[in-house]
Amino acid sequence: MTGGIVSLAIVLLLLALAVWAVLVREAFLAIAGFVAYGLLLSLVWVRLYGIDVALTEAAIGGGLTGAMLIGAVSRLRGTEAASRSERSGAGLHVVALLLCFSVTATLVLCVLLLPEPAPTLALQVSENLAVTGVGNPITGVLLAFRALDTLLEAIVLVIALIGVWSLAPDRLWGGRPGLRYHADPDGILAYFARLLPPLGIIFAVYIFWAGADHPGGKFQSATILAAMWMLVLMAGLADTPSIGHRGVRFGIVIGPLVFVAIGVLGLFSAGALLAYPEEWAKPMIVVVEVALLPTLTLVLGLLLAGPPARRGSAA
Amino acid sequence: MGRLLDLFSIVAVVAGAFFFLAGSVGLLRFPDAYTRLHALTKADNLGLALVVIGLLPQMDSVLAALKLVVVWLLVLLSSAAVSQLIARAARRREQQP
Repeated sequence: MTGGIVSLAIVLLLLALAVWAVLVREAFLAIAGFVAYGLLLSLVWVRLYGIDVALTEAAIGGGLTGAMLIGAVSRLRGTEAASRSERSGAGLHVVALLLCFSVTATLVLCVLLLPEPAPTLALQVSENLAVTGVGNPITGVLLAFRALDTLLEAIVLVIALIGVWSLAPDRLWGGRPGLRYHADPDGILAYFARLLPPLGIIFAVYIFWAGADHPGGKFQSATILAAMWMLVLMAGLADTPSIGHRGVRFGIVIGPLVFVAIGVLGLFSAGALLAYPEEWAKPMIVVVEVALLPTLTLVLGLLLAGPPARRGSAA
Repeated sequence: MGRLLDLFSIVAVVAGAFFFLAGSVGLLRFPDAYTRLHALTKADNLGLALVVIGLLPQMDSVLAALKLVVVWLLVLLSSAAVSQLIARAARRREQQP
């Protein structure tokens, strides 16, 4: 009963926040609403027993996306006043309203028409999970049963980073992304950036390792590592590497490369692309996860840092 | 003994919830950034501390209890650092109108 009340309260708050984030005029406030929305949404996932999704939602939806959007807003600040004085016509409003309603109606219809019970592969996964050697079914699905999805996801992230880099003007190509941060070296931010990263790294390694049998894994772990990196950068304790740096580029591609290599190896050893030979499943999954960790950390951090904005020293 | 510990948990968590409520009211009602921060840190530090202390007797293992304490310490650290930064940014904005 009390559980029902809590769920209802969360859902109502979630809806109210969503409406507010859409309606509020100032972009910065909308993002504040969006970040709170992400955190509430992760609570919803906790209540649905989707702890893995909740962790990812809190780290990516609330944290990383919020930070990215704040960066976007500060870039757009110059144009905001102009766009606010602009008034769109009634026709446009009607079209937008109709479009929103039809999308919502389609979604509602889809949910209502879902077959009962919903089609599920959960039984097959739990029956065959022992073969992969991992105890967390989410990790099993991501890296064994649906390894192709995870591989393509990692590749998409790398392509997204290349897309961000390609916004650099020619003369800055190979330079360092974003601004050089300067903070008081004895200030609270620098102190915080010295104190927290060691703890954060331990925590990230724990989440990474626990991912085999408990909620967690490389994605959440990489987000924590990227956040620690950002903290050190913003406190001015280190500088963003230039995008031409060999080591950085190697770190970015190592994950997909190792994943593809092991996938091709599966062709010969297990008879199918991305298949693992039976007794080697767990070690191979660990190798892929370890290789994806630097890729995800670097890509998430550099996506936040943005396109090259100043010339870097030679790599 | 068990009954007494449960009572202790209820009292501590309710007291913690009260600090969260007071902090939220202060956040909404206080006039400027500094006093709002002051209200917020009460919720973060005292409110969360009381909730954690109240939950400690309910934990199955020492490890789980330690994790709760670590959560509280981490929140304490980040809220202290962040409120310093916000207050500094607010002062800088006041100085250069």
